Amino acid sequence: MTVTEDTKVEMLSGGDMLIRALSDEGVDIMFGYPGGAALHIYDAIFRQDKVKHILVRHEQSATHAADAYSRVTGKVGTVLVTSGPGATNAITGIATAFMDSIPMVVISGQVPSDKIGQDAFQETDMIGVSRPIVKHSFMVQNPEDIPEIVKKAYYIAASGRPGPVVIDVPKDLTAPNVTFEYNYPDSVSMRSYNPVQKGHSGQIKKAVKAILAAKQPVIYIGGGAIHGNTPELVTKVIRTLGYPITSTLMGLGAYPSTDKQFIGMLGMHGTYEANTAMHKSDMIFAVGARFDDRVTNALEKFCPNAQIVHIDIDPTSISKTIPADIPIVGPAESVLTEMLPLLEKGKGKIDQEALTSWWVEIDESREKHGLYTQNRFDDKSEMLKPQEVVQAVYQVTKGDAIVTTDVGQHQMFAAQYYMFDKPRKWVTSGGLGTMGFGIPAAMGAQFAFIDETVVCFTGEGSVQMCIQELSTLKQYNLPIKIININNQALGMVKQWQDMNYDGRYSEILYEDSLPDFVKLAEAYGHVGIKVTQRDELKGKLEECFAMKDRVVFMDIYVDPNEHVYPMQIPLQSVGDMFLSKTERTA
Amino acid sequence: MSRRIISVLMENEPGALSRVVGLFSQRGYNIETLNVAPTEDESLSRLTLTTMGDDYSIEQITKNLNKLIDVVKLVDLSEGYHIERELMMIKVRAIGNAREEIKRSVDIFRGQIIDVTQTTYTIQLAGDAEKLTAFIGAVGEAVILEVVRTGVSGISRGEKILKL
Ligand SMILES: Cc1ncc(C[n+]2csc(CCOP(=O)(O)OP(=O)(O)O)c2C)c(N)n1
Ligand SMILES: [Mg+2]
Repeated sequence: MTVTEDTKVEMLSGGDMLIRALSDEGVDIMFGYPGGAALHIYDAIFRQDKVKHILVRHEQSATHAADAYSRVTGKVGTVLVTSGPGATNAITGIATAFMDSIPMVVISGQVPSDKIGQDAFQETDMIGVSRPIVKHSFMVQNPEDIPEIVKKAYYIAASGRPGPVVIDVPKDLTAPNVTFEYNYPDSVSMRSYNPVQKGHSGQIKKAVKAILAAKQPVIYIGGGAIHGNTPELVTKVIRTLGYPITSTLMGLGAYPSTDKQFIGMLGMHGTYEANTAMHKSDMIFAVGARFDDRVTNALEKFCPNAQIVHIDIDPTSISKTIPADIPIVGPAESVLTEMLPLLEKGKGKIDQEALTSWWVEIDESREKHGLYTQNRFDDKSEMLKPQEVVQAVYQVTKGDAIVTTDVGQHQMFAAQYYMFDKPRKWVTSGGLGTMGFGIPAAMGAQFAFIDETVVCFTGEGSVQMCIQELSTLKQYNLPIKIININNQALGMVKQWQDMNYDGRYSEILYEDSLPDFVKLAEAYGHVGIKVTQRDELKGKLEECFAMKDRVVFMDIYVDPNEHVYPMQIPLQSVGDMFLSKTERTA
Repeated sequence: MSRRIISVLMENEPGALSRVVGLFSQRGYNIETLNVAPTEDESLSRLTLTTMGDDYSIEQITKNLNKLIDVVKLVDLSEGYHIERELMMIKVRAIGNAREEIKRSVDIFRGQIIDVTQTTYTIQLAGDAEKLTAFIGAVGEAVILEVVRTGVSGISRGEKILKL
């Protein structure tokens, strides 16, 4: 680094510029893994101390950790990988972030410019491979452009509908021996990218009218309701209206789950009361939710009587699957801010009598088949049930943990039985459903909040997909708690095989090959605890969570034959569900 | 289902075109014709494509195109009065009596012969897609050696413009 005397212009190499730009952007942590094409960048990391780099054990984990870091903080996660296999290993995590609209910047090393296109060692067309799963991507062509590209990348990732952005950097452009003038731009403007800042006021007025006129309303929130001040606004709107509210898997926590107006998650494994209310509703007010197939079930049978009011920042999400009667394109935060006083002013118009009988109906549903009025699983059974494991963790952590999950039955049980009263505490791969997400995500979340309790609900299948991160957890002293709901099978697949393939268990069992997870945890320097009995569950969990500074791997054996219910009946309406192995809605 | 002409103004940057094309293949939309070239402002490209779709899929296509970071503006030309043109160069076998006959067809269609050998003509013809197809029919497949078409370009009539 040289500073020329008279002008005070800073001269930096491409590699130094990149890391400096990250630091000027406010990045304090990045997750990554080195390799040939990224070596100049790694050298730049070594020579500074502003941006901390976390060495993971697999690039997939770097992306999940950065993704979770973003989910719990609201900031943009940052990843650095090398070219070729480093870049391709990051793909699953980029796709995961893309599907859940998580802001993230992934910097990938690339072979030197003059080798591109020659099938050089570790050359992969990262821009091409990642194209369908990024919000945008940049291939750096001149080192001078690096600061501006970094600025744009973070701006694009975080604004509008957030998403991952890739910056591919050929090695020669980061070489230490050539330096350039460094200036980090204060602001960025792009003529081709201007995300909407505000909803259409006329549409908002129309929406308010429809919302106030409803007799059987449901408010349906999604991942878009997590951002900024939206959770508080949603809560105010709900309190003002007195309406029931449901949430997608992604929106959990934006509205307090323990509140009486919350009727539970909706969709494939949503509650009976939420799915039934949706189906009968005459007005659905969707906020930052996208009517995806895990919610709607058969589109042509979806909510036959409902008028649809839909706020979304992404116009492509509106009327994509379900036509919106009153669409509002804009950030939920600003739209709700504009709506709230109008709703307050007009709330006298609400038909209270209709609303009361609507609540009576919903409360009857809750009593009849609701998940929270009584246990809908056999809590006296010989073997532990996965549901009670989640309930027990909820109690022991006082509902205050940051919870990450893997994918499968355990994920759905976690969504159903861990109650989230605050946003950004629930970290799950909803859109892509990525097994392997749980541990790296917990790692990213724990980095963000080192003093908070971070729990990873996983299954013995998923946990083995990124288990190597037990080593990273050791290196950085990240005391996450792993709750392995061990049903000795790829349980969710097994459930489908039970329900749709006459119990032909094709490739879901491990025979006797499962590792001793207690020993495995110990081999990595952590604590492992095995639980098999109901009467030891609470005590062992308390023991686990008392170990504030240790990673604890709880290997909890549960009934291998349990299914997740409710479960929507394929090709039917939102409200058609299997309620247990023997019951279904009419 | 109807044929639409979508005209896109986008950043003249590497990768921009592949994002547009990728969008179509990824979402199962079909591109019938496509052309792209820089505008008078070198930093912008104008891309014109034709596609078949119903109102729903065209709405999805235009929304998704607009969502691409590189896309500045776009217009569905088929929504209003517009002019469309396509350029074709066609090389035909031209010997003996056929030479006169082909020349007559070229005149009728207001084309030009732009290259001649003792056995071939190369003809240039501009017009809408239908006219070009009609010409191909008129000269007859038998004599055609090679056909090159640029794909449709279009512009709105009157005051309406697609500009920054
Ligand atoms: C990477 C990946 N591969 C395959 C799947 C399909 N899949 C969904 S759930 C599941 C079973 C998960 O088993 P486990 O982690 O033990 O959880 P359980 O369902 O038993 O609770 C599988 C294979 C997936 N979601 N992700
Ligand atoms: Mg399992």
